[in-house]
Amino acid sequence: MKTDELVSLLAAGEVAVPRRTLPSRLALATAAGLLASIALMLGLLGIRSDLPQAAMDPMFWVKIGFAGLLIVAGLVATWRLGRPGVKLGRLPPSTTAIPVLLLWLLALASLTQATPSQRVSLLLGETWSSCAFLIALLAAPLLASTLWAMRGMAPTRLRLAGAAAGLFSGSLAALVYSLHCPEMTAPFIALWYLLGVAIPTTLGAWLGPRLLHW
Amino acid sequence: MKGHGGEKMSEEELRRRLLSGLSGDNRAYHAFLQATGDLLRRYFHRRLGSLPDEVEDLVQDSLLAIHDKRQTYDPTLPVTAWLYAIARYKLADLLRRRQRREQRTDSLDKETALEPSAPEHDEMAGRDLDRLLARLPERQRMAIRHMKLEGLSVAETAQRTGMSKSAVKVGVHRGLKALSKLIQGQNA
Repeated sequence: MKTDELVSLLAAGEVAVPRRTLPSRLALATAAGLLASIALMLGLLGIRSDLPQAAMDPMFWVKIGFAGLLIVAGLVATWRLGRPGVKLGRLPPSTTAIPVLLLWLLALASLTQATPSQRVSLLLGETWSSCAFLIALLAAPLLASTLWAMRGMAPTRLRLAGAAAGLFSGSLAALVYSLHCPEMTAPFIALWYLLGVAIPTTLGAWLGPRLLHW
Repeated sequence: MKGHGGEKMSEEELRRRLLSGLSGDNRAYHAFLQATGDLLRRYFHRRLGSLPDEVEDLVQDSLLAIHDKRQTYDPTLPVTAWLYAIARYKLADLLRRRQRREQRTDSLDKETALEPSAPEHDEMAGRDLDRLLARLPERQRMAIRHMKLEGLSVAETAQRTGMSKSAVKVGVHRGLKALSKLIQGQNA
């Protein structure tokens, strides 16, 4: 077929597109993934029974804030990397790095003040062996739905786009998990929450070139 | 047709036509695609001087992709930034596929040397395409077979198959999309 014919073919049909297709697809994907993630958390783990008291502890809000900033970074990166010619910009990397660094400083401060025997329990808490795994598990439906939304876009840097989808999913899952998680120390969050977010991010980077190709 | 034949359309004209197209103006959209085709041809020609046969295929691939992904254009950005990003992606994709094919052909050559009864490549490609086509719905398969493989026009295809002209166009377009998905599935 000649190129002129292809052009005529493409221009002959319905060419208009609704304005909000991409944002509504991403919103739908996020809502569906989030609901599935919350359902998993409620079904498998349950909300911590002392949530009202926990909400008085500043550390609870450190967790929420940490996850919240990473969610913003992941969302902005997903949105930008999904469209050809849009640059990633400085916001996503800095909004990822700053909360991580602040949390590490907080963790360092708390570790230096503690006695050697306390340090271990600050780092490991009661649930270190399951925390990262559970965050990754809660991130699974979100990663699937975010990657689906991204397949409707046109990412050109597939590994990075997959990682962005993973960061978004992992940090939303960390937020959901914090409603269950009993741990309240900065060193624990700095280590295990970060690992929990890193697992879906790495998985997303691996899946990107395999699933986002167009 | 305006903008055709190598004369360059300005960024602003291109953008105006795309935006009119996206809100439903077929003529503006046609002019946009035509000018984009010229732009892409120049772009790929500069980069694929040694592979002139690939240039036109790549122009067509990119036009299809631009059409399919037209909702990803961000109106706050220059159209050319969007178009070249897609062109770059398609070019990188082509080079990657060629490299993989060459590697595969190398290993095939070695196997062929050991096993003289292996079927010829061209014959296999033909059989492959037939098998892929067989997986498409009837209307799409007919439209593609007549237009793409036998080189008939839309009108001739419509006459032979008893489909309407627009059904032929839609059939070819959807069929090509489905086919490229099947081929990608095979390459992966």
